[in-house]
Amino acid sequence: MLNKAAHLSANIFADDIEKLSTRDGFGTGVVEAAKADENVVVLCADLKESTRAEEFEKQFPERFVEMGVAEQNLATIASGMARVGKIPFVASYAAFSPGRNYEQIRTTIALNQMPVKVCGMHAGVSVGPDGATHQMLEDIGLMRMLPGMTVLVPGDAEEARKAVIAAAQTDTPVYIRFGRANTPVFTTSETPFEIGKAMMLWEDTEPSIGILSTGSLSYTALVAARALSEKGIGTIILHVPTVKPLDEKAVLDVARRVKGIVTVEEHQVAGGFGSAIAEFLSEEHALPIHRLGIKDVFGQSGTPDELLAHYGLDTGSIENAVRLLLK
Amino acid sequence: MLTNNEIKKLESHAEAIRETIIRMLVAAGSGHTAGPLDMADIFTAFYFHILKHDSKNPEWEERDRLVLSNGHIAPVLYSTLAHAGYFPIEECLTLRTFGSRLQGHPERLRLPGLETTSGPLGEGLSQATGMAYALRMDGKKQHVYCLMSDGEQEEGNTWEAAMFAGKHALSNLTAVMDRNNIQIDGMTEDVMPLEPLADKYRAFNWHVLEVNGNDIGAFITAVEEAKSIFEKPTLILAHTIPGKGVPEIEFDYHWHGKPPTKEEGERFLKQLRTMGGSVPHDYA
Repeated sequence: MLNKAAHLSANIFADDIEKLSTRDGFGTGVVEAAKADENVVVLCADLKESTRAEEFEKQFPERFVEMGVAEQNLATIASGMARVGKIPFVASYAAFSPGRNYEQIRTTIALNQMPVKVCGMHAGVSVGPDGATHQMLEDIGLMRMLPGMTVLVPGDAEEARKAVIAAAQTDTPVYIRFGRANTPVFTTSETPFEIGKAMMLWEDTEPSIGILSTGSLSYTALVAARALSEKGIGTIILHVPTVKPLDEKAVLDVARRVKGIVTVEEHQVAGGFGSAIAEFLSEEHALPIHRLGIKDVFGQSGTPDELLAHYGLDTGSIENAVRLLLK
Repeated sequence: MLTNNEIKKLESHAEAIRETIIRMLVAAGSGHTAGPLDMADIFTAFYFHILKHDSKNPEWEERDRLVLSNGHIAPVLYSTLAHAGYFPIEECLTLRTFGSRLQGHPERLRLPGLETTSGPLGEGLSQATGMAYALRMDGKKQHVYCLMSDGEQEEGNTWEAAMFAGKHALSNLTAVMDRNNIQIDGMTEDVMPLEPLADKYRAFNWHVLEVNGNDIGAFITAVEEAKSIFEKPTLILAHTIPGKGVPEIEFDYHWHGKPPTKEEGERFLKQLRTMGGSVPHDYA
């Protein structure tokens, strides 16, 4: 059953649940962050509409920096601005930032410890028709390997808004991953959010499998958990919006109560969120782990639903993974 | 204009800085030689005349910002900072050793006085541009300088920054290019032709000055002119002699990326002494 302490949406399983993209949450969050701190600036590489930076530009034109199509410069200009006191949010597609400008981020932001917030939009296969070039599937891995880099993958637009505000309040580098597709807004303004904290969404009385999920697929996991519960299979769902630093206590608490773990992410299974969980649990509490994600292939054009089903990231795939672990 | 005596004094600083560079490279057994030697005059001009800075308060907010983009010439930065009072000169001999604050390439978090971490090429102009843009946004008066190499003009990131600085007419930004014509694999114009550099920057809406980068007085005059240009950022194309100060290695690109041996170091120091100014230590 749903975890009451998470204060999830009242009509969470209704067909008409509100749907917004996590990038929409960036748009509202960064405006709020800017109202709270005059040092917040936004740099965008010729994608202000699709990164949802437009509203910020409208309200704070003098603090919006149009970079043109230049992602390397996006990272390094931001580093320089941070060095003289700004809190820059840099917005582009994840395929290009951190995809193209990885070394600039590594040297001038991570090693240099500049409080730049790298916002990677259009991550995952749910980007849809744009195809493989624009569907970033390796960013969590790239960014979580960098020492001192915080990695956030919000589950819906509301959580994305909170993640952006929280990132603005840290004096460290942060990577935040956003998606393009409209997905259910399953959290509310009452739902707690703190960098470094995972949150239980669902908990059956006798759970046999723990489903650990990050990003908007946590909602898909919820739907799967409800279906499994009706068939007598108990699970726990731990939503993990902070991939790094991992909420090790919460992960361990779940692992100790179940026979196996399923991880869910819209990212390569190599190096991503599931890898982080497997790395941690293999040392602390080894148990069977099934990682759902992209299996060493690139994406392709299609609708988000078609693609998520094709790559085994829909409700049925999560249910199957749970059943497989119980065999 | 500086008086002859003032220039002579600066030249003797430059020679002491060169001496330390040779000593630290011999001690380290690795590192770059030609670039640090040819930039000693320009570093002297900055830290002993041009910059508003305070060695006892490196993060002083009112300081001018100097970004070293081509971090591989770290020995001249370290030697200059030490001679300017940021840390003891003896510490220079720890260059590139385990536990030293003087990393092979400069790391901001390890050593006070550094504006950034550098080494990977083509990133300094962009960071300096970001600093100049943000300072101007806040109505601050500090000037931002970026020292960069000619070889890193081959990096796309450099031109992305040049385009941005040109668009915003950042007159509080002055870039200095060490035009020594060498890079690791040979002469720049053989590896990848860069010319016409002045025309390229002018086309990007920069003001361009050319100067003998080993003439301290002329260089200081050029920086003063750059600061008087209010319409554009300025590039100072500083023509330098690679390995400047040690006649037997001047102009030889093989000295871009290697240090002198102990014997070579002794010979180089003797050659240095034939220049103006005095060298107080007896190294050989």
